Amino acid sequence: MDAFRVISPGSFTTVQDRGRYRFIDRGVPPSGSLDSVSAEIANLLVGNPVGAAVLEATVQGPTLEVLCDADAAFTGADMAVTVNRQAVPSWQTVPVRKGDVIRAGQARSGCRLYVAVTGGIDVPLVMGSRSTCVRAKIGGVEGRPLRRGDVLRRMPGDRLRRARSVPQDIIPAYPPDIPLRAVPGPQEEAFGRGLDTFFDSCYDLTPESDRMGCRLLGPPIHHDEGFPQSIISEPTIPGNVQVPADGRPIILLVEQTTGGYTKIATVISSDIPKIAQAVPGNRVRFRRVSLEEAHRVYRERALRMRELAARFESVR
Amino acid sequence: MSHLYDKPRIRLSGDRAILVEYGDAIDPAVNERVRAMAALLKRSRPEGVEAVIPAYRNLSILYDPLVTSPDQILPRLRALEARLLEIEIPTPRIVEIPVLYGGEYGPDIGFVAEHSGLSVEEVIAIHAGTVYPIYMIGFTPGFCYLGGLDTRIHTPRRKTPRTLLPAGSVGIAEAQTGMYPVDSPGGWQIIGRTPLRLFVPERENPFLYEAGDRIRFVPVSDDEFHRIRGREGA
Repeated sequence: MDAFRVISPGSFTTVQDRGRYRFIDRGVPPSGSLDSVSAEIANLLVGNPVGAAVLEATVQGPTLEVLCDADAAFTGADMAVTVNRQAVPSWQTVPVRKGDVIRAGQARSGCRLYVAVTGGIDVPLVMGSRSTCVRAKIGGVEGRPLRRGDVLRRMPGDRLRRARSVPQDIIPAYPPDIPLRAVPGPQEEAFGRGLDTFFDSCYDLTPESDRMGCRLLGPPIHHDEGFPQSIISEPTIPGNVQVPADGRPIILLVEQTTGGYTKIATVISSDIPKIAQAVPGNRVRFRRVSLEEAHRVYRERALRMRELAARFESVR
Repeated sequence: MSHLYDKPRIRLSGDRAILVEYGDAIDPAVNERVRAMAALLKRSRPEGVEAVIPAYRNLSILYDPLVTSPDQILPRLRALEARLLEIEIPTPRIVEIPVLYGGEYGPDIGFVAEHSGLSVEEVIAIHAGTVYPIYMIGFTPGFCYLGGLDTRIHTPRRKTPRTLLPAGSVGIAEAQTGMYPVDSPGGWQIIGRTPLRLFVPERENPFLYEAGDRIRFVPVSDDEFHRIRGREGA
């Protein structure tokens, strides 16, 4: 059934789900919601499986006409969402009716807004995923960002009898100073003192940041003498921090598959959502963690998500 | 001199991937080890391993940290390593890629010939006369990093890159040769085009090859090019 008609697409709004991992060995980037926490919670708030397809809007949100009664939820960046010009809360179920107009504005805090709807956005599965990959022109709506006039369908699903809301302590804040935990490697040996620079300095997020990667500006990171700055090209993983010859780190994200620069460290999976919500001018500081700690954080996050899902289900 | 390490070097790539590195150079012997290990891993699929990505000299293993960890994967790897020398590694598949060389589809072939001091026919014979190993696939869907380009036809990139290389373009850049599965900008010297669709997202298997396979370019006539293209529905 029809869900939304796009009145205004916003600056860059795409359909995303958990990503497309089946063909990453053939150069197909994973794509997927960059802030997976906000996307998963948005889905729980409308009674969907956590991996259902949602809209991801960047910086300037879309205006959508509702084509069929449904539940919606807005998480992630605060874009002062209104329904029929009335402010609606984020991080809770918002029932909408046919003919309503949802308007999301400019991000006031954070960078990316997630919009979930009952059943999940229904676009064709491409290689096992509905995620949009603009570079490969696949997934989402014709492999591109939304345009004015697009009609989005949704999968069947029941509206909730009771609205859901996320406990205050789970709602993330998006402060301008962002601590990012990172595991050294895969090529940490190419940097001796450079590792100290990397973990002791603050870096500004530059406007040259998108779903492929975030360029940072700050004290340049020097390679040790005798270590080449470029290496034989190899696959990259979201979170890898590569350091080209100019010493300015780039955090690689979900639309990149290979790279030929040394990678000093890798941001832990659980902190990628923080990068998703960072805007130019924000400052990041990297904190070194062990693999064991990264895995502990990973398990805790998964547990918290399961607890939230169980809690919602118990009052269905 | 062999570039193969005595034992593989393990690198952490964050909290859900490890890199297993077999050597420090682009070397067929090193890549052979990568290819064998990738094949073994794909066959045995240790629990929690989500993807295996072979590259020139290493392979990336992606895993689910809720199910497994390097502590569990590495002993499995060592066990497979021991079997590596015993088992027969399957001979690589050769995938034939028809190419219409020169003309409007290969506008730079004259430049390549001139730069190499050869005739166009010789350039075609040399390019189509080699079997190229696929070392890695990446950058765009289905883009192959191929080895083995004959030194006689190594040619620098164009001074001014083209804004659009149509999907199927076959080209040369320095010591590399390759084909563009999707439309992209690029500075490669374009010597021909394949009528095959190299990336078909709606097909069960969207690709014709994987890393470890070999590519052979087969010259085709204009008629044949259009016949194949018609069949491909492109």
